[in-house]
Amino acid sequence: RKRLTFSGSGCQVSAASWTPVIFVYRHFISTFLSWPLSEDSGRPRRVHGMLKLYYGINKEGKAAEQAESLDPCDINGAHFNPDLFLNKLRRECSLAELMDQETCMVKQIRSLDSDMQTLVYENYNKFISATDTIRKMKNDFKKMEDEMDCLSANMSAITEFSARISGTLQDQHEQITKLSGVHTLLRKLQFLFELPARLNKCLELQAYAQAVRSHRRARCVLQQYSHLPSFKGIQDDCHAIMDKLAQELRQKFRDGGSSAKDLSECVELLLQLDEPAEELCDKFLSHAQSRLETDLQGLEAEIRPYPSAPAVKDASAPRLSSTAAAGELASKNIPQMANGKLQAFVGDLAARYFSLVERRIQEEKGVGDNSLLVRALDRFHRRLQAVAKLLPGSPVPNQGTEIVIRAATERVKQYLSALQSFYMDSLTDVRQALATPRLSVVSASGAGGGALLGASILNQIKSVLASVHLFTAKDIAFSNKPYFKGEFCSQGVRESLVVSFIKFVCQSSRQFCESAGDKGGSTPPALLLLLSRLCLDYETSTISYILTLTDEQFLVQHHSPVTPVTTLCTEAREAAQKLLNHYVKVQGLIISQMLRKSVETRDWVNTIEPRNVRAVMKRVVEDTTSIDVQVGLLYEEGVRKAHSSDSSKRTFSVYSSSRQQARYAASYTPSAPMDTNLLSNIHKLFSERIDIFSSVEFNKVSVITGIIKISLKTFLECVRLRTFGRYGLQQIQVDCHYLQMYLWRFVSDENLVHFLLDEIVGSSAHRCLDPAPMEQSVIEVICERG
Amino acid sequence: MEDDAPVIYGLEFQARALTAQAAETDAIRFLVGTQSLKFDNQIHIIDFDDENNIINKNVLLHQAGEIWHIGASPADKAVLTTCYNKTSDSRVVSCAAVWRMPSDWETGSHESPDDSAHNPQTLELLCHLDDSAHINTACVLWEPMGDGKRVISLADNHALLWDLQESSTQATVSNTATLEGKGQLKFTSGKWSPHHNCSQLATANDTAIRGWDLRTMSQIYCIENAHGQLVRDLDFNPNRQYYLASCGDDCKVKFWDVRNVQEPVKTLEEHSHWWKTYFHFHINLPGNQHFSKSCFFKETFPLFYIVKFQSFPTAKLTCVLDIKHLILNFNT
Repeated sequence: RKRLTFSGSGCQVSAASWTPVIFVYRHFISTFLSWPLSEDSGRPRRVHGMLKLYYGINKEGKAAEQAESLDPCDINGAHFNPDLFLNKLRRECSLAELMDQETCMVKQIRSLDSDMQTLVYENYNKFISATDTIRKMKNDFKKMEDEMDCLSANMSAITEFSARISGTLQDQHEQITKLSGVHTLLRKLQFLFELPARLNKCLELQAYAQAVRSHRRARCVLQQYSHLPSFKGIQDDCHAIMDKLAQELRQKFRDGGSSAKDLSECVELLLQLDEPAEELCDKFLSHAQSRLETDLQGLEAEIRPYPSAPAVKDASAPRLSSTAAAGELASKNIPQMANGKLQAFVGDLAARYFSLVERRIQEEKGVGDNSLLVRALDRFHRRLQAVAKLLPGSPVPNQGTEIVIRAATERVKQYLSALQSFYMDSLTDVRQALATPRLSVVSASGAGGGALLGASILNQIKSVLASVHLFTAKDIAFSNKPYFKGEFCSQGVRESLVVSFIKFVCQSSRQFCESAGDKGGSTPPALLLLLSRLCLDYETSTISYILTLTDEQFLVQHHSPVTPVTTLCTEAREAAQKLLNHYVKVQGLIISQMLRKSVETRDWVNTIEPRNVRAVMKRVVEDTTSIDVQVGLLYEEGVRKAHSSDSSKRTFSVYSSSRQQARYAASYTPSAPMDTNLLSNIHKLFSERIDIFSSVEFNKVSVITGIIKISLKTFLECVRLRTFGRYGLQQIQVDCHYLQMYLWRFVSDENLVHFLLDEIVGSSAHRCLDPAPMEQSVIEVICERG
Repeated sequence: MEDDAPVIYGLEFQARALTAQAAETDAIRFLVGTQSLKFDNQIHIIDFDDENNIINKNVLLHQAGEIWHIGASPADKAVLTTCYNKTSDSRVVSCAAVWRMPSDWETGSHESPDDSAHNPQTLELLCHLDDSAHINTACVLWEPMGDGKRVISLADNHALLWDLQESSTQATVSNTATLEGKGQLKFTSGKWSPHHNCSQLATANDTAIRGWDLRTMSQIYCIENAHGQLVRDLDFNPNRQYYLASCGDDCKVKFWDVRNVQEPVKTLEEHSHWWKTYFHFHINLPGNQHFSKSCFFKETFPLFYIVKFQSFPTAKLTCVLDIKHLILNFNT
């Protein structure tokens, strides 16, 4: 400790070389002190522990001691009683055991002794080496003390020399400083004396800026020393010259003919000449206004004869920005007052400019080349960004962005309406194609037209998407705006363009069902069929394709909820279903009308014996066949129940099982209890109920089945309103057999046709005055002959 | 009412003609006319006892022919009209006549129901509603809420306004209107509007519905293609003068505002599972049910669907209040 204190007081210069020594010393001490507590090796620790245990000095041992103290025979315990232990051994153990015990004990004693010796020896060695080290350090420190003394002596000698030298040089230094001061002063004076001449020269050369700069430098000095006559003269001269200069500048400014840059320079100089800022500002702005006014009027005039959009924006935007720039210069010095004026000025002009731009954009109706418009808008937007840099608080750039956004939304709307009109035009084309007279050509072109229609609409959508995509192109400045990144893509393009169009397709398709509706069907049935196929294709693939395409192209991130694909698909499917149902109804109605006319206009009581199938039945079969062909071009076959072997050869019972004419007279009872027959009839009514106007499935068989169901049901209802003679009934028999022969193959379940025809024959028999049915064989002969 | 079991009543013949007895204000009473080509036809008088949910019935003979339409006088509950087919010498002629029920039909039935079944009483003919120029009468309409002195018959393409005199024993044509157009036009059905002092008539021919002003006997509106197929029947809303309901072979019920006939106010087809198989027409039940119930009647599977409409302009089908099965004939 003492040595350490000493070394701490040593000279600063040698402090660095001391550090290792101190370190070594410290290390030694810590090693020395911590040695008895060292836990590095397991063995000494254990030995130490055993020794402690042996001598009973362990603190921890106390707890164990208390626990073990009761047993005097425990050789490791504190209360060990050798006599008791020996006695116990002698009493309890055999001789051999005693011998073993003894050897064991001797061995233990011996090992404990040797351990103790080793420990003592090790400790002693360490003490010896520590003493050696301390002695060696004592010698080293003594040598170091001598060297330090020598160093301090040298230092004091150096200080003395240095002081002597600076004392010698003091005088000369002062003289030099004074001389250089005089020199500067003289140069300043020279500048002052030369100033009038220089100013004059500048005036001559019209280098106004330089003149003003020079004058500004001298002005303060001249002001300060104006009491000296010589300076006074110079000042007067300068004043005169500067007045003249100001006069000239003012003149130039007033003329206002020069460019905006010259003007702004003038303003700057005049401001430096302490002209009244407000007046200058007003004047400047009025100049700028008059010039921009002419620009705007020029624009207004140009808008009418439809010049190309970019030219307009090119012309006007830079002027506006330069105005702002100049205005900004003016406002630098007098910020508050001028800023307000400038804001108002720019705001006013910008409003007019924007209204012009918007008018111009609104006139941009043609959807032909979108890139031109996008580029024009881009340029417009960039120019406004320049204004934004000059006037940070101005609302102008935001308004500009709004205009761009409005233009973009407007464009999207225009594209939507263009798509819609394209769709309607395609439909008109298809309709005209369908109106060509030859039936086979109609159906063929119908199917081809369907595929063409789908493809051309898809192409149109793609090209529109590509056009709209320009708005979000990377090189367009405003595409970085959050609107164009988010809302424009999701709400604008996806929702109001693509989704709206798909909805429009579905809706217009549905309208064909509703408006044409029951009013006789101005829409050709083939078109209904075609549209139904189109909507179904949309449902299965096109919608998801278009939407995926949109999402990929525009990287749509849906912040707001968007219409999911499934909703659109459901809508398309509903439209397809509705169209197909309507198609079935319309075709069914056409055939129904034929059948109805044929039943209503005939006198069924007084008719001749049937020799032929009536022509109208042949017509019904022909029409059904052509409808079958037509539907087959667009829809798959569909499933039908297995045919029985005699499908075309069914016979109809004139009296169906449920008709029991003769029963009435005897069994009539006023109270009419629900007898079993009644119940079975109720059952029959429910079990055999046929859904005449039910929805059809998307396949040919289902469609044709629907049409045939409607036709035959009408036939049945018409028959029920008539009264038949014998031959009338027979004619119906013949007709129905003929229909059975040909219609079974079209439907999904031939039993249905059979059932309905059975009903027809049964009903006509019921409505017959003289029900004498024709022989089945005769009927067959007539039908086969026909 | 919903707990009640359906009331079923069987007839022996097919039936297509049904009307509510307008002059009867105390009971719920229907008249049903049967159709049989071979046997004597009947008129069934059916009383529905709302409280006990039972039916009382009486039968009268109608020997003139099979009944296609039936109408009850609004003033005299014993008087009715029928349109019927007469077959003679292998010719079928449609006629119309005014009849009177025998005075004691009611008392007789209560005392011995079996008696009336075996010896049904016969209707008394008051007068024919035909003249040689106009045959094939499709239906006869009584003046609603009138004194039972004026009827309209629809025969082929003519609407004839008759005045009944001398206790309905004499009928003279006082006015006619003719439906003109290309082709063979023929009235299929009609209704005399109870509104506008009973000065309007609505008729159906093929798929069109037409309105007529009876003072001038001229057409006032026309709903072309009101239904996709034949219009079966139509009726006026007794409470809303401009509203008209119609039904047709396309299994739809449509509601019209005659002031704007471009589009129906409402079309019912969503409940087509009840209607789709069976073509149907509908009648109104005057006086005996809630004010705005309409009744739809299905031919061949004749069920009553009494449907309540909350408000006619929107014509929302709120619920099927009551289903009374009046099974007229199962032999179809």
